[in-house]
Amino acid sequence: MNSPNPLTNKKNIIAVAAVIIALIYLLQLFHLQILSPEYREYADSNAFLRRPLYPARGAIYDRKGNLLVYNRPTYDVMMVVREMEQFDTLDFCRTLNIDIERFHLLDTDMKDRRKNPGYSSYTPQLFLSQLNVEEYGLLQEKLYKFPGIYIQSRTERQYNYSGMGLILGYVAEVDKNKMAADPYYARGDYVGKSGVELSHEEDLRGEKGVEVLLRDAHGRVQGRYEEGRHDKAPESGKDLTLSIDIDLQTYGELLMHNKVGSIVMIEPKTGEILCMVSAPTYDPALLTGKAFGSNYQSLENNPYKPLINRAIAGTYPPGSTFKPTQGLIFLQEGIITPESRYSCFGGYPPLGGRPACHGHYSPLAIQYALATSCNSFFCYGLNGMLGNRSKYASTGNAFDVWKDHMVNMGFGYPLGVDLPSEKRGFIPNSKFYSRVFNTDRWHAHNIISIAIGQGEILATPLQIANLGALIANRGYFYTPHVVKEIKGGALDEQFTTRHESGINREHFEVTVAGMADAVTIGTCRGINLEPFMEVCGKTGTAENPHGDDHSLFIGFAPKDNPQVAIAVVVENGRFGATNAVPIARLMMQRYLMGEVPESDRWLENTIINREILPYVYTRNLPARQNESENEEEMQ
Amino acid sequence: MIYQRNREWAEKGRIDWFTVGFYLLFVLLGWLNIYAASYDLENATALFDLSGRAGMQLVWMGSSLLLAIALIKIDVRFYETYAILFYLAGIALLIITLLVAKDINGSRSWLIIGPVRLQPAEFMKFLIALTLAKVFNGYGFRLMDRRNLLIVTAVILLPVLLVIAQSETGTALVYLSLILVLYREGLPGGFLFTGIAAIIYFVLGIKYSDIAVGIISQGEFMTILLIIIFTASLILNYLKAVKPFLVTLLLPCAIFLAAYILTFLGVTIDWGVIALAALSTTGIYLIFLFIRNRQKNYLYIFLFLVGSFLFLESVEYVFHEVLQPHQQMRIKVTLGMEQDLSGAGYHVGQSKIAIGSGGFTGKGFLNGTQTKLKYVPEQDTDFIFCTIGEEHGFVGSAIILLLFVAFILRLLSLAERQTTIFGRVYGYAVASIFLFHLVVNIGMVIGIMPVIGIPLPFFSYGGSSLWGFTILLFILLRIDKSRKRI
Repeated sequence: MNSPNPLTNKKNIIAVAAVIIALIYLLQLFHLQILSPEYREYADSNAFLRRPLYPARGAIYDRKGNLLVYNRPTYDVMMVVREMEQFDTLDFCRTLNIDIERFHLLDTDMKDRRKNPGYSSYTPQLFLSQLNVEEYGLLQEKLYKFPGIYIQSRTERQYNYSGMGLILGYVAEVDKNKMAADPYYARGDYVGKSGVELSHEEDLRGEKGVEVLLRDAHGRVQGRYEEGRHDKAPESGKDLTLSIDIDLQTYGELLMHNKVGSIVMIEPKTGEILCMVSAPTYDPALLTGKAFGSNYQSLENNPYKPLINRAIAGTYPPGSTFKPTQGLIFLQEGIITPESRYSCFGGYPPLGGRPACHGHYSPLAIQYALATSCNSFFCYGLNGMLGNRSKYASTGNAFDVWKDHMVNMGFGYPLGVDLPSEKRGFIPNSKFYSRVFNTDRWHAHNIISIAIGQGEILATPLQIANLGALIANRGYFYTPHVVKEIKGGALDEQFTTRHESGINREHFEVTVAGMADAVTIGTCRGINLEPFMEVCGKTGTAENPHGDDHSLFIGFAPKDNPQVAIAVVVENGRFGATNAVPIARLMMQRYLMGEVPESDRWLENTIINREILPYVYTRNLPARQNESENEEEMQ
Repeated sequence: MIYQRNREWAEKGRIDWFTVGFYLLFVLLGWLNIYAASYDLENATALFDLSGRAGMQLVWMGSSLLLAIALIKIDVRFYETYAILFYLAGIALLIITLLVAKDINGSRSWLIIGPVRLQPAEFMKFLIALTLAKVFNGYGFRLMDRRNLLIVTAVILLPVLLVIAQSETGTALVYLSLILVLYREGLPGGFLFTGIAAIIYFVLGIKYSDIAVGIISQGEFMTILLIIIFTASLILNYLKAVKPFLVTLLLPCAIFLAAYILTFLGVTIDWGVIALAALSTTGIYLIFLFIRNRQKNYLYIFLFLVGSFLFLESVEYVFHEVLQPHQQMRIKVTLGMEQDLSGAGYHVGQSKIAIGSGGFTGKGFLNGTQTKLKYVPEQDTDFIFCTIGEEHGFVGSAIILLLFVAFILRLLSLAERQTTIFGRVYGYAVASIFLFHLVVNIGMVIGIMPVIGIPLPFFSYGGSSLWGFTILLFILLRIDKSRKRI
């Protein structure tokens, strides 16, 4: 039976088989251990739990160093179901002050893998979130009675002032889109959702750290990997100092109580926003903690839209506050000189007295036209510019020159303030009108109302205030911003770059003189702070097809070396002088004099107590429609 | 006088220290790896702490050493004399176990006596081996005598059935591995060939049963081609007839070629029918050869062909109707038909991850994360090889594997050098059992074999298995020590 071949000899065949099998196994080992690096990754994702370490979010201060926003610890109740033996549910409920039904509901929710995909009975699971310090204290005392219950602390935003919710913004759990866009974020992270919290998210959030833990097959943590050699400490967020003066801001919000509108004050020399009131507003504390969801819902449903920051996202026809820009363009383009006079007979004569004007002497030059807010003067100016065929090839060309000046003065595009969702307003170009009129051969008289800030023109209160700063600076502005300083960081270059308007300084002097006259002898005598200070201003009354006209004011003070520029918009506040001017007066007094003088207390009380709210408020922001429709014309 | 010489030999004979060296090395490495595998990160016990697994293993190791010394001291004739008695006692113990044992993880194989848990099935291995040796050693024993074949079959099958009843299928397969001994001792290679062919048919038939080739499955199609090739090989091997061999191969080729040409004429061919036709033709040709040449071997080969076909047709039925779902699952996972990483494939998946993550040199002693953190099940018993793979990498696992192969080759050479049939048969039995354990255990851990829960000798934690393997080995060494030197 023995074959001569030693390999197939019965004596040897078992040995040969053993060697062949061993070789096959060696190949498989080689394949697993050397050729398949993915097993290493599987093993690591099995065994390593990379637990994030959350940094403290940066605090926020106002320009004088008052603490506005900081972090407060809150406590989450975590449950490890496997460890819960002989659990006194009733006592637990009593300690947490919840009833037994709620306990069972929370318990079911926690164990429902559809709602909580990471559920495991071996690992701590979130049972109840955001206990306050008192509740935490109660539970902590009795914790020894509840095996399997753990308390995990995290932080929550806490506010020292009840105002300026729209500037500060709020933080909430990160959503799917954000996580997809930025790999930094993981489920359950908190992220700024609006205001400064959003625009300065990367400064405020800091850098998460990581703790590498070993996790067993049941998901239980078994200790730190190599004594924490691979851990990374979190990096705290940077503190922000706002340019906002919290006292001024709070006062502005008080004045705007029961009104809809906006106050923006800018320091012209720096572009720092001193206050940015949008009314109505909300208490930022509403959007923290357990009641976040319901509070957010009710704010969202509020017809007065308190979640919209009207200072940057409300767009209005600027009305007469727009006239200084027109004078500046006409002077710069040589259409008029400071001495050029036009006649006004209670209206613009070439169009049969439309738009109408008010009583003043005639003919008048630019300075007095600004003081009295003469409509006809600026209509003549626009007509003169658009019709000037010796200077411009066509009406369209002339109009585009006009439009470029407007853009250089900060209109038509977002200014780039460091807050999210700033609107661009609307400055049309020639193509826009060619499309509207379906011909290139339109005439200045077709669009004459834009000369007085009506018609298609739209601007945000911030753009209007920025115009005030531009005039105060006699020709330049800095991009307005609310963050003055980032601790351990630098402001974006755009906030320290001077933007030139391209209009000569002497034209501004004429304009300033006109606006000074408006305060002393013209339309806004209500803000005359003589002898304390020379104020320059311009009222505006914007026609509103949906209701009462909007009341506007633009101004700055003092006339020489200005400290502050202001824009006030009171929706449905009718004449500029009626509401916007007194509010601007009180704001300037508060900021420049530190206190509203005794003699003006009556005015303060009147304004605070004045209610200008439409009974049913269903206004749609016109800017939204216009903007989306006319996007391309403005490019 | 003769007695005197025997005594002399007995005293002169030396223990095979080479094998003892392997034994001590394996037990020591096993102990260290048990310590590593059961190492708890949070409450690590010291190497010698009796409350830990490694500490307990130390106790088993110590007692095994005493046992080994005792086994060497006992007179060699003792084993042969009482083999059958012990075998019967072992069978009785298995029956008792079956009656009194409690269910532990689905197995009814543990006898609990006070603090000690014993698995009689482990000790049955050396009892069957001894009994086989004794039976073969009988005067004028010829395996192929019907009576002898029956006795040998009974000696193996009786404990096999008893441990299957205890749900220890793995151990039953270990007993069956003793067929290798029968092969060495005269069982015709045809039996082994048939067995291997059956395994191949089974694997092909199951693995490719989902894809259809005409009226049959792809697995059946492939197996039919294989049956034809096997048939031709058998003709060449047993009849040395070259012409019938070539005809057996060429006939089916001609049929397939004809069918292929027909497809160009627009005929739709059912390749399943063609395959069946080819097989039938081969069968008819064999009958023709038998009738013409009157050689019985043609008839046997024809029966092999028919048997193979019938077996193939019954595979699916057996797989789906006889095997239990979890066994089906294990086989499917091993054959790569299922990727069930949380169910049946979990163990193997985690075990492959652990081994694969070891890389070339491993993560270092006690630095394996997968075994420490209990991702690998049974990490200090059946899956102990994972710890070696993870902590010592390719280098470590290859060394252990090669050491084991060297160990088995040594056992085979020990068996071959025995001068008595008793010693040789026992030696082959020991080598077969160790080989089977090695092949199945490591094959399972690296994902080549289905999950069959048998330990890796000397490495896996456990008193019964260490004692069982020690007894198995040291009886061989005792027999070897007093073999007659020529």
